[in-house]
Amino acid sequence: MQIPYETTARPDTGLYNAKLGIWLFLASEVMLFGGLFSAYVFLRLGADDGYWPMGLLNVPIGTMNTAILIASSVTVVLAWAALKMRQWAKYKFYMLITIICGIIFLAVKLTLEWPEKFVHFGAFIKKDKWAEYEAYLGNEHRTKLGLSPRPEISGHLHAVEVAVAPEKKGDFDSFLIKHHLVAEAGTDPAHPVLVVKDDHGHGPRPSIAEKLVRIPGVKAVAYEVELDAVNADPTSPDNDRPHFIPRKRSDKVATIKAEDISSWSAFAPKHSSYFAVYFTITGLHGLHVLGGVIIFIYFYLFGEKLYRKNPEHMANRVEVSGLFWHFVDLVWIFVFPIFYLL
Amino acid sequence: MSEHHPAVTAETPNAPHDHDHAHDVSKHVKGYLIVGALLLVFTFITVALAYVDFGSHTANVVVAMIVATFKAGLVAAIFMHLKGEKRLIWQFLFFTVFFAIGLFFLTWLHWIDPIFGTHHTHH
Amino acid sequence: MASTTALAHGHDDQDHHGHDDHHEPGFWQKWVFSTDHKMIGIQYGITGLLFLFFGFLLMLIMRWQLANPGDPVPVIGGMLQAVFGDSAFSANADGVKGVLTATGYNAFGAMHGTIMVFFGIVPVAFAAFGNFVVPLQIGAPDMTFPKINMASFWVFFISCVIMLASFFVPGGAAKSGWTSYSPLAGVADMGPGFHPFFNGQTLWLVGMVFNITASLLGAVNFIATIIQLRAPGMTWMRLPFFVWTQFVTAWLLLLAFPPLEAAGVMQLMDRAFGTSFFMPTGLIVNGQLAAWSGGGSPILWQHLFWFLAHPEVYVLILPGAGMVAEIIANNTRKPLYGYKALVGAILVLGFLSFIVWAHHMYMTGMGAKVAGFFQTTTIIISIPSVIIITALMLSLWGGSIRFTPPMLFATAWLPMFGIGGLTGIPLAFNAVDLYLHDTYYVIGHFHYVVAPGTIFAIFAGVYYWFPKATGRMMSPFLGHLHFWPSLIMLNGIFFPMFLQGMAGVHRRWYDGGATYEQIIKPVIHWNEFMSVSAFLLAIAQIPFIINFCWSIFKGKKVVNDNPWDATTVEWVAPSPPGHGNFEKPITVYRGPYEYSVPGANKDYTPQTEPPISEKFPTTAPAGVPAH
Repeated sequence: MQIPYETTARPDTGLYNAKLGIWLFLASEVMLFGGLFSAYVFLRLGADDGYWPMGLLNVPIGTMNTAILIASSVTVVLAWAALKMRQWAKYKFYMLITIICGIIFLAVKLTLEWPEKFVHFGAFIKKDKWAEYEAYLGNEHRTKLGLSPRPEISGHLHAVEVAVAPEKKGDFDSFLIKHHLVAEAGTDPAHPVLVVKDDHGHGPRPSIAEKLVRIPGVKAVAYEVELDAVNADPTSPDNDRPHFIPRKRSDKVATIKAEDISSWSAFAPKHSSYFAVYFTITGLHGLHVLGGVIIFIYFYLFGEKLYRKNPEHMANRVEVSGLFWHFVDLVWIFVFPIFYLL
Repeated sequence: MSEHHPAVTAETPNAPHDHDHAHDVSKHVKGYLIVGALLLVFTFITVALAYVDFGSHTANVVVAMIVATFKAGLVAAIFMHLKGEKRLIWQFLFFTVFFAIGLFFLTWLHWIDPIFGTHHTHH
Repeated sequence: MASTTALAHGHDDQDHHGHDDHHEPGFWQKWVFSTDHKMIGIQYGITGLLFLFFGFLLMLIMRWQLANPGDPVPVIGGMLQAVFGDSAFSANADGVKGVLTATGYNAFGAMHGTIMVFFGIVPVAFAAFGNFVVPLQIGAPDMTFPKINMASFWVFFISCVIMLASFFVPGGAAKSGWTSYSPLAGVADMGPGFHPFFNGQTLWLVGMVFNITASLLGAVNFIATIIQLRAPGMTWMRLPFFVWTQFVTAWLLLLAFPPLEAAGVMQLMDRAFGTSFFMPTGLIVNGQLAAWSGGGSPILWQHLFWFLAHPEVYVLILPGAGMVAEIIANNTRKPLYGYKALVGAILVLGFLSFIVWAHHMYMTGMGAKVAGFFQTTTIIISIPSVIIITALMLSLWGGSIRFTPPMLFATAWLPMFGIGGLTGIPLAFNAVDLYLHDTYYVIGHFHYVVAPGTIFAIFAGVYYWFPKATGRMMSPFLGHLHFWPSLIMLNGIFFPMFLQGMAGVHRRWYDGGATYEQIIKPVIHWNEFMSVSAFLLAIAQIPFIINFCWSIFKGKKVVNDNPWDATTVEWVAPSPPGHGNFEKPITVYRGPYEYSVPGANKDYTPQTEPPISEKFPTTAPAGVPAH
């Protein structure tokens, strides 16, 4: 039993089945990413002034990844063209490059971009306490210039200061051992605390710190933060707006009282609407990239049999998956400026 | 039982098939390379323009979206063969874009048109 | 051909390119992992019918509670508590187990809605009937993408497993309504006693993501099949109306589902990763400020949800309307009235259905501009609906009506859908909706459309196409025994809901309003009446179940492939059709409802019958299908 129009076009539509099918699927994908972009717009429009961060993503790396994805879009269409021209070796060459580019894109995202966010720390200071932390926020300076306020102190955890109820010391100690942390007594006799660090002299990862302060009987007192440059020198003109070269770290350490913080976390999805929608969209986009790579690997490794039997059918398959790949590239063309630049 | 056609093989490239014949496609290859180069160039332009002050943040957004739309248009028209694609596909896309815009516009209409006095800004 | 012999294993002869093996497929390939649209249709049908049955059982337990708040469910109460756990059921003061708790009621209510809509009606009316009938009706050997078709069923099946499993995790199934509104849906089923991931609310979202994906795969297949695989001569305006309804339904699914899938992913992020897509700032949960960053928008969830859920209601009704149309034409022995108007109406309906959704959101503080827009489009969309039902009603006029079992259900569908549709009109106006929103009036309205509406259409379709699928007829006697009590009882359940709703009875009171009896005293007695009707309705389904199961094996065999003397192409195929469906290539020469053509030698002229003047098998229109 043969399904008609698998490789030849139906005369009145001018299309073969898979091409029609993929465009229908892409229509649904437009609606999917459209829904996500709508969410982005409304969350951004609804955000209070200063609560939509900018300059937190690495623009040079993002630009490079964009270029890699664009290159792979070129090579996949060249791979299809090679099949139409019955040049099998060229097809394999271009398809291999496409696959490699796709893998590099994902690797960059998963090794260079995402992990460093999960160890980054950010604390939103309560509005009525901004004045106390003016040295790190610089809001007087920003108001004078007509810039949005800066409500957050960010950097890397240097230490977490906690008070531990005596009867829970055992749970606390086992937690420290389990996560390779050490605690020293604080230096201020008036405020007895335990200062928790990891065994390299820095603070615990934010995800570990979260678990630490949630242990029953353990109360967070303060967070010592190795500041990002924007908080170390908030009134410097260098730090008024984001730059192409990403924000640097400083040597300065600031201590933030836990009671002055409205919320804190790593630069993870829960940090803010910005990171929530960033991780969701780039994550979903990344899954689409992965899907495309898998399909291309299949065509690269197992395509020859179909090509020898019916090269036009093979060309159509590559064309159709190429269309999917171009759509994924198209989405990224919007994602990149929206999240990295604006 | 169903339409029967001789399959196109390496030996019979002239068997009836999709209108893109081998020599047509070879003409397009140069175009693909040019568009690829344009896309790369405009990526760098996008980044550069992001650091130019166009007056307000909204203006920067508009500029960035114009460039992005241009790049997306190139991908759609040339790489995805929309230029010269069958009418049916354009019809699909028209309705899709219409409803996507509808979703966005009507949600936005609600955003800006609340019952008087109850609109709160969010954190 | 020579180049193919270079490969070590086997070769594919040119002529056999694309042909399946000539071997009979094994058990797994034939019954489980089949790519044949008929088997996939049956798989969807059986699964969907089982879920309809399960959703029905949930409702029966709820109706017991509404009529007898606080009383243990009789006979099976203990078993129910053992199965569904202690969050859903508790013991009464005397220690008798099986009292549906408020939590249990909420879970059963949310799951009844979810199951009936997404796991019952859509799989049966759209996927099962669509898969089985559409390729046959257009003269195609199968769907355009048989493997994707199979994949869509198995993805759907996974979603079924997840949804069922959600009843049995600690804390029970999702209980935040079938609408899963944030912020409740963001905080529900969390904390002590709940697993951080394997809890009812989270599993609901995961199940929905799989269900939506399956629907999308199916929608692509239907649209591509109807466009590409129509047999020569099957022009658009010769399509059976059922195919048109499936076509529009597939477009609704294709374009409306993805924003809900996006929203579902975002709500999952809220639950699993602590994001605040839909969680507002300053939320207090259990007396404490919740640990979210805030800044999210609960209204955004509602928009994204209803953007799908409104077209979804047309997804629920359109396939049924199509089936009713087929059956009416066949059993009146005359063409449908206003075929062109019907086609135009569903195209307009499909288009408008995308821009009416916020009539479900009149209570969210909408200003005059946006509320006015949605009221206008909602009222306009009633026009094509009225056109459809009017055309179908007029189709009865002057007909030679045969009240076969399918025709009983199809005819009853007309006034039932009419009541459902007409009672929707007051809800279109926000001034009236302000009062009726979230009352039993709404429940009465939409149940009339889906229960004596779509489900009657599904029954009609089952009786009608059963002989094509099995080669046997169902018993008409049992059909009558099924139909008459069902019709009466359905009205008994749902009509009083309008009365209760107008009196202000809220739709989600778990005790039937007992707590508010002083307000709703005049109408609270209807609860018992409705619940008794529900139980009698359950009994009325027994003849159907017996009829269905028994007739598969022992039903009266059909005398020919076309026992209903129908005109549409599916009746040309053998009953049941084999792989590839038709024994000869199909060519279509005429429209779908040429019944009682003057001068013809019988009262129906099949679509595949050539014009009378030609005595010989003629060439098809030059091999080029007319557009």
